[in-house]
Amino acid sequence: MTETNGAPDGSGQEPSRRDFIYIAAGGMAALGGGLVAWPFIDQMSPAADTLALGSTRVDISAVQVGSEITVMHRGAPLFVRRRTAEAITAARSVELSELPDPEARNENLPDGTPGTDENRVLRDEYLIVKGNCTHLGCVPLGLDENTGDYEGWYCPCHGSHYDTSARIRRGPAPENLPVPDYIFENDTTVKIGISGEEAAASGWAVS
Amino acid sequence: MSGPSTYNPKPGLMTWLDDRLPIIRLGYDSFVDYPTPRNLNYWWAFGGILTVFLMIQIITGITLAMHYIPHEDMAFNSIQRIVRDVPNGWLLQSMHANGASFFFIAVYIHMFRGLYYGSYKAPREILWILGVVIYLLMMATGFMGYVLPWGQMSYWGAMVITNLVGAIPFVGEAIREWLWGGFTVGQATLNRFFSLHYLLPFIIAAVVGLHIWALHVPGNGNPVGISVKTKKDTLPFHPYYTVKDGFAILLYLMIFCFFVFFMPNALGHADNFIEANALSTPSHIVPEWYYLPFYAILRAITFDIGPIDAKLGGVLAMFGAIAILFVLPWLDTSKVRSMRFRPLTRWFFIFFVVGALGLGYCGANNPDDIVFGGIKFLWLAQFLTFYYFAYFLLILPILGIVEKPKPRPASIEESVLGTSKA
Repeated sequence: MTETNGAPDGSGQEPSRRDFIYIAAGGMAALGGGLVAWPFIDQMSPAADTLALGSTRVDISAVQVGSEITVMHRGAPLFVRRRTAEAITAARSVELSELPDPEARNENLPDGTPGTDENRVLRDEYLIVKGNCTHLGCVPLGLDENTGDYEGWYCPCHGSHYDTSARIRRGPAPENLPVPDYIFENDTTVKIGISGEEAAASGWAVS
Repeated sequence: MSGPSTYNPKPGLMTWLDDRLPIIRLGYDSFVDYPTPRNLNYWWAFGGILTVFLMIQIITGITLAMHYIPHEDMAFNSIQRIVRDVPNGWLLQSMHANGASFFFIAVYIHMFRGLYYGSYKAPREILWILGVVIYLLMMATGFMGYVLPWGQMSYWGAMVITNLVGAIPFVGEAIREWLWGGFTVGQATLNRFFSLHYLLPFIIAAVVGLHIWALHVPGNGNPVGISVKTKKDTLPFHPYYTVKDGFAILLYLMIFCFFVFFMPNALGHADNFIEANALSTPSHIVPEWYYLPFYAILRAITFDIGPIDAKLGGVLAMFGAIAILFVLPWLDTSKVRSMRFRPLTRWFFIFFVVGALGLGYCGANNPDDIVFGGIKFLWLAQFLTFYYFAYFLLILPILGIVEKPKPRPASIEESVLGTSKA
């Protein structure tokens, strides 16, 4: 009757077939539990309609040289600044070695692209970046209030200074303000949230 | 719950019930005839006060939820409607908002009590750890509750705290998006915070049950820190401690009522009367006052530590400041529980309390501002952060070995009534 069972106290016994059944059943129960739990965890991820709010069209015809606008894209602010020649020159005179974050952080370009000003704009005059500080997400102040020590943006929360290419120069923020996917539909309209490749694939005019 | 039960149900219905569900016996043994050290002072009343405030928060919260709307376009106005239009809504809202503050005041006093009298030491380690779990749950609940009014501080507080998660290497940004349910703090975030804010208090109540269970196994600690030896060291919980706790609860409720009725917004922030605006950050974001010491620790790490950058270092320090409480029972090497008999450690403890309050002061101010005499708040916060960790990692382990404690009384009874004449 008992020859196939392990000893009740299990001391010094070889693993029995019953031990195997325990482990196999327990393992399956854990796997099943994990599979059941997944939908309840994954439901918190961005929903399809949230993801569908992917692109925003921005009219930039009213933006004068030396001014900027802030627009909403995917529920968060986005800066569109039309830079002066001096601002562009200032951004381009910076050596990569001076940058705390030497990467371009440009969604239109591969990761690891050097953070030169050329790699952060499509057209030299228009700098378009996401408007949440890479430290803790505050909205940095711009031309209207305080551009910080590098004439770009200044985050009031913890004192991060960004330059005229929206690259972090001093303060706790770890990364440059990211450049979103965007294309110029024409000289006065920018479409945010769509890459040049996607645009070409779907027949958008890319200039 | 400890020792043989002394409950004697009357014949008839009470005996019938007791044979089937001894719930009255449980209450009787836990809160009526429960043997309690006879020397507990008023610092021991805060457990009862906390129980009362958990109930206040749950009852006011459930009723507020009948009127609150967790929608980004309506949440802010629904609070104003509760305060202005809903019958007695002003009272419920004021009780709930101030109740959170008074809940935290009580929990901090309760925790400092535990630190001073060595309540975390053997055999009460699990009791202490459950308390830290409750505290963490309270912080999560309080944080999410503060987001619900959807004012500027709500929104930007949520932004800053959820962005902390982004500091985790590799997976941080994915987790942050999962928490948000979108690309930033928004409708999905508000809705889930409401759901979880409703859930967590019930989890807290369950852990409080475990906390009391774990308390009633070894029994209460006491101000002299020596264990109960004989029946003469104890009193039945009722009537002495029911009355003593009841008196403390009433006093505390009077102060609470003063805030609820006469200064309902004193502990809040003016910016939270401005509706959330994703395009404009308040110039000076501060969390609720009860998180300020940890906020100061977060901001005190402004330098990289080896491969850990400043942002991640700040997050680790902030969570480490709470996590260290979990291992406190094994960091304090002294066998003496009560600091009454630890002349040196006592002073370090007093400075620890001052330092914790000082960190709160730093958390409320701009790091670059001057405290006095050219000293920046940042430097003060860095010094106090160092002391906070040194207290647990250096002072308690070392002093427990090198300090010579004062002589302790032979029994609790003797400490109250003088040398026993028996």
